[in-house]
Amino acid sequence: MIEEAAVSLADAPTRRLNMIEAINDALDIMMERDPGVVVMGEDVGYFGGVFRATAGLQKKYGKTRVFDTPISECGIIGVAVGMGAYGLRPVPEIQFADYIYPGLDQLVSEAARLRYRSAGEFTAPMTVRSPFGGGIFGGQTHSQSPEALFTHVAGIKTVVPATPHDAKGLLIAAIEDNDPVIFFEPKRIYNGPFNGYYDKPVEPWAKHADSVVPEGYYSIPLGKARIVRPGQAFTVLAYGTMVHVAAAVCAEKGVDAEIIDLRTLVPLDIETIEASVEKTGKCLIVHEATRTSGFGAELSALVQERCFYHLEVPIERVTGFDTPYPHSLEWAYFPGPVRIGEAIDRLMKA
Amino acid sequence: MTAKASGNLPPLSLHVPEPKFRPGDKVDYSHIVVPPAGAQPRPDEGCAAAETHPLCLDLVRVLDEDHRAVGPWDPKLDAETLRRMLRTMALTRAFDDRMYRGQRQGKTSFYMKCTGEEATSVAPAMALASDDMVFPSYRQQGILIARGYPIVEMVNQIYSNRADKLKGRQLPIMYSARDVSFFTISGNLATQYPQAVGWAMASAIKGDTRIAATWVGEGSTAEGDFHSAMTFAAVYNAPVIFNVVNNQWAISSFSGFAGAERTTFAARAIGYGIAGLRVDGNDPLAVYAASRWAADRARANGGPTLIEHFTYRAEGHSTSDDPGQYRSAQEREEWPLGDPIMRLKRHLIALGEWSDEQHEAMDRELVEQVKAATKEAEKNGVLGHGLHHPFHTMFEDVFEELPWHLKEQSEQAIRERRIKWPEWKES
Repeated sequence: MIEEAAVSLADAPTRRLNMIEAINDALDIMMERDPGVVVMGEDVGYFGGVFRATAGLQKKYGKTRVFDTPISECGIIGVAVGMGAYGLRPVPEIQFADYIYPGLDQLVSEAARLRYRSAGEFTAPMTVRSPFGGGIFGGQTHSQSPEALFTHVAGIKTVVPATPHDAKGLLIAAIEDNDPVIFFEPKRIYNGPFNGYYDKPVEPWAKHADSVVPEGYYSIPLGKARIVRPGQAFTVLAYGTMVHVAAAVCAEKGVDAEIIDLRTLVPLDIETIEASVEKTGKCLIVHEATRTSGFGAELSALVQERCFYHLEVPIERVTGFDTPYPHSLEWAYFPGPVRIGEAIDRLMKA
Repeated sequence: MTAKASGNLPPLSLHVPEPKFRPGDKVDYSHIVVPPAGAQPRPDEGCAAAETHPLCLDLVRVLDEDHRAVGPWDPKLDAETLRRMLRTMALTRAFDDRMYRGQRQGKTSFYMKCTGEEATSVAPAMALASDDMVFPSYRQQGILIARGYPIVEMVNQIYSNRADKLKGRQLPIMYSARDVSFFTISGNLATQYPQAVGWAMASAIKGDTRIAATWVGEGSTAEGDFHSAMTFAAVYNAPVIFNVVNNQWAISSFSGFAGAERTTFAARAIGYGIAGLRVDGNDPLAVYAASRWAADRARANGGPTLIEHFTYRAEGHSTSDDPGQYRSAQEREEWPLGDPIMRLKRHLIALGEWSDEQHEAMDRELVEQVKAATKEAEKNGVLGHGLHHPFHTMFEDVFEELPWHLKEQSEQAIRERRIKWPEWKES
């Protein structure tokens, strides 16, 4: 047997991409590699999607593999379940996460349960891509973060990338996964990492280290968190946009935080979380979604159950408020530098 | 709070549908129009969808009052095929009767009969190719039987025993049988409709020749899934057959609560611009002919067809239901379209291809066949008697691989078991 030399991503040629370009690249690569991959959704075909994530794909792969759909999320997900059962790997786009609710029954009762209820006879290997989160003045119907609705469901994996590099690798892993995956794309950071200061100029991805994306195929395993920055003072658990906001606040305050980008919420990388909290003894959880029964509650419970004797201070949980996402008061809702800063002060003072 | 009338306008009133007959009422079905058999035109399978639309308000019938097969929809099946159809429907009924009793005897938790509706699953199954994918609802056990699925496997599933291929996870009768192209049944209604469209679209994307067929009750046509499925099928001209089994009752709600007071269910096809047929669902030959027409059309890239099977739910919704509480017992006796098994039997006798004696002998044989299958299945246990699947299987198949949190929960479940039964060993 000939042993293949390990291929390191560090050796691969790279390009600087923003998040949309990285997602587009992942779709392109998977469509090229697997003829069973089909992309569908509202406006994703000729037009290439309202955020341009599917631009050029229809021209390259044809109308029967990349096509527009009726405005029916129930239909989009339901059809994807049937396609998955046939043997395809559909990658439906739900234009905004806020629109996913009409498709909820097909996700929760069908896609998530197919393998279990048929004892493995039928599966629904689909990746539902959907832009989520606020910060673009989308009002209450273009800003929500409904990830906790999906992490609560047995049989669905939930993924949230925070960088172009991860978006590509995680999306490829999601498409290859044989279970249904909800892939929430934080739309506030499509074009650049966001530090939480909405009143300052936006930095493009081009200046950020994580916009360096290897060319060609690579995947990042689902269920593996990323330590964005090692540190000793406290552990930050975040995902999506909030990874960047939390990191910016920590940097500004000059605190030596260990920042963990969870990347996948289910399955969760509990080992990385435990190791970090045991080391730091303090934990800050940050998410943009509403507070009550948010995924932060699950994280808080897990840290308390598993790391209680290492904890020196109560766990801090910074979230959006329990209101709909308001249009004009968007930044009052958003868990920005002030809210995060207060929590950090409490952790550091203790 | 009462609203105040404004000016001279009449107060608005809400219409809440009410079925014609309630318990104890004398039943008069004169409002149901039953056109003569053979009178309905049969357009070519390749016709424009609109040509079928008059048939959405009609009733395709083949078997006439003298038990002859008449008119352009007569599928002209040979006697052997007709006998096979009769036997399959009779086996389905014998199976239902035995399983119903099994539930009453405590061998399982739940059962649903399809008595009186056998034609709406058996005849379409015979009209389809054996590898066309079916997405049934919960009352199409006739498809499995028509496709030769072993009835002992069906009983194992109903008993949720250790031989149940679905590992005791599903409510009885929610079968899954990929080897006979039978999709896993959901307890959530109409979800299978868009799934069938997706499967059919995938088949078309891949240039396959297999089509999909799906079933739903008239009550569930009110679900959004039904309308999403119709829209997608119309938009992409998907090779799919939509069956609506209009058995008049959705548990205790009559078809009026799904819109039957306004128009037929087949007429939904008109609005979506797809082919539609309304069929006498108790006429197995009409059901077969309509299904064959729709299958041939779909296979020739002619697109989807909606078929309403006008029939009657002769028994309760399930073993948990008592229809005597909400409808007149006379309904079943007076149903103007008769019983599908009796009608096919009389047709075969009229052809000189069958006899009462043969029929009785067949029924006795089928009872024995079902009895033997249940005895065989009982060796693997009945519900609640310990002969279930190994304990750890509860955690399998949630995901392809067991994640850490399910591993932990599985260990806990086994620990609980050991605490309760210290002698217990995982089988």
